[in-house]
Amino acid sequence: MRIAVCAKQVPDPDIPPSQFKLSSSGRAVEPPRNVSPVINGFDLNAVEAAVRIKESADSDTEITVISVGHGFALDVMKRALATGADRLVLVDDPSAQDLDAAGTAQVLAATLSMHGPFDLVLCGRQASDWDQAHVPLFVAELMDIPCVTVARRIDIDGASATVERVVPDGYQVVEVALPALVTVSNELGEPRYPALKGIMAASRKQPEVHKLDELGLTDEQIAPMVELISLEIPQRQGRAEMIDGADDAEKGRNLAIRLRHERLI
Amino acid sequence: MSVILIAGETGQQGVTQQTLELVTAARSLAGDGGEVIAVFTGAQDAVAPALPADSVYLLKHEALGEKDSGTFDAATDVLSALASELDPDIILFARTDRGSVVAPRLAMRLRSAFARDCVAAAWDAGDVIVTRPVHGGNANARFRLAGKGPCVVMFRPGAHDAGAHDAGAHDPASSTTSSPELRNFDPAPHIRESRSKLLRTGQEQKEGVRLEDAEVVVSGGRGLGGPEPFTQLAELADLLGGAVGASRAACDAGWIDHSHQVGLTGKSVSPRLYLSFGISGASQHMAGCSSSRNIVAVNTDADASIFGDARFGVVGDWEKVLPAFISAVRDIS
Repeated sequence: MRIAVCAKQVPDPDIPPSQFKLSSSGRAVEPPRNVSPVINGFDLNAVEAAVRIKESADSDTEITVISVGHGFALDVMKRALATGADRLVLVDDPSAQDLDAAGTAQVLAATLSMHGPFDLVLCGRQASDWDQAHVPLFVAELMDIPCVTVARRIDIDGASATVERVVPDGYQVVEVALPALVTVSNELGEPRYPALKGIMAASRKQPEVHKLDELGLTDEQIAPMVELISLEIPQRQGRAEMIDGADDAEKGRNLAIRLRHERLI
Repeated sequence: MSVILIAGETGQQGVTQQTLELVTAARSLAGDGGEVIAVFTGAQDAVAPALPADSVYLLKHEALGEKDSGTFDAATDVLSALASELDPDIILFARTDRGSVVAPRLAMRLRSAFARDCVAAAWDAGDVIVTRPVHGGNANARFRLAGKGPCVVMFRPGAHDAGAHDAGAHDPASSTTSSPELRNFDPAPHIRESRSKLLRTGQEQKEGVRLEDAEVVVSGGRGLGGPEPFTQLAELADLLGGAVGASRAACDAGWIDHSHQVGLTGKSVSPRLYLSFGISGASQHMAGCSSSRNIVAVNTDADASIFGDARFGVVGDWEKVLPAFISAVRDIS
């Protein structure tokens, strides 16, 4: 079977909020210098899901990781190859920065079609930069395939997939006909770390790189419908009232007394 | 003046709180002389909800029930067909499990502009401008929605007041709004063959207070270093009649089940008291608890960003602070 995973390079979301700065254009948030970007965490969960399917499959399974962007850190993107993906396809184009979510979905759908057909398309449930969980649903709609969101387990059974998806009060088990798109959540489990052997193998592989104009999309298809007009970093509200004490245990007791005084406990 | 279509939802207590919030948003966006239309889809005969809307569609079809909830294909088909017929200016969704799936699919099918998780929306020179948090809440962005056809806007829960319209206990005599006109639309011709099947649904087995409803939440994060401290947090939560929460890091580490996760992709809580231990206050976590009325933070790092959001803070080691705190709570309560 052929599996595609859509992955995005994002600023490291573990950067403390205080270190985020607006770019000179005011259109982007810049992480501090010298901090490497990462593959979006949920997208790594999606790669992990694909590798688990590959490990449990009876037949040959090929995993293709696809990413759209510009200024890729190749060693970062190769992590997917090092943990078990077979191919890396990058749409690397300066114009990719001007795409909105719908445009990005058009580019992904065209790339999936160019390298397809795929039986299963996996995406992270959302990206940690713009928090837009809808690109996968846009892609599913453009490809006219069903989409199951927020998966924590995926089992392939011939022409269908059985997906456990997380819902607010529990979970659902859904059977979906292939081809289908599934978005993967962190409940699936920690993505594996690359082993040395995987890193060596990945270092020998080169990504297949496309420019936007190779994909046969019209300007109208990728023209933005959603325009960013302003971006601001909110001010932190203030500072907590700090509870003191001779040692940590006394601080704990004083905290209880203070909260009691405020009738909070 | 505009035509606003609301994709409403019902729960066990009738029309959901989030749908009522959408009505408030829709009234303001519709303006004087504008029209607010609500559409509900389901398998059962629904009772016409007493909403301050101008008209209501109750679309009933067996394919629109719970079995659609794996992919929401049928709901997407029907709402797209209705939206094409009505051609509203804006279509509003709440950020629910269903809304998060149907709204973007509908927008792409109509080739409409879409924005999710918005906290505000307003007209500006014929365009809709929305505000939404990005980068896990580290920044706020404003977007102009262009494109042809209706804009599709999904609101974050709590972005609007649900208002005085209490759909459960509606008393026509005391209402200033007349009941909405009930309109008909046949969903059957628009529903395609289903490509998915809901096999089963599992409920979380939970004792005690639901995290989302708790008045007190006791939460632990990466700083706790392992699963054992969560036993102490559970003890404290019991003592205060609250529930246990956790940061994503603690859940991903396997210290506590993901059903306790509070944050952008976990649960949203707004208790009277949010007690956090070993949580640094990353935006992804705060997105799930920042509407708590009183946040208390215990952390060894005096520079932890949670002290900027908390009302009370303790710089100290939870291993010493927590037992003393629990014992003092026992003594004074």
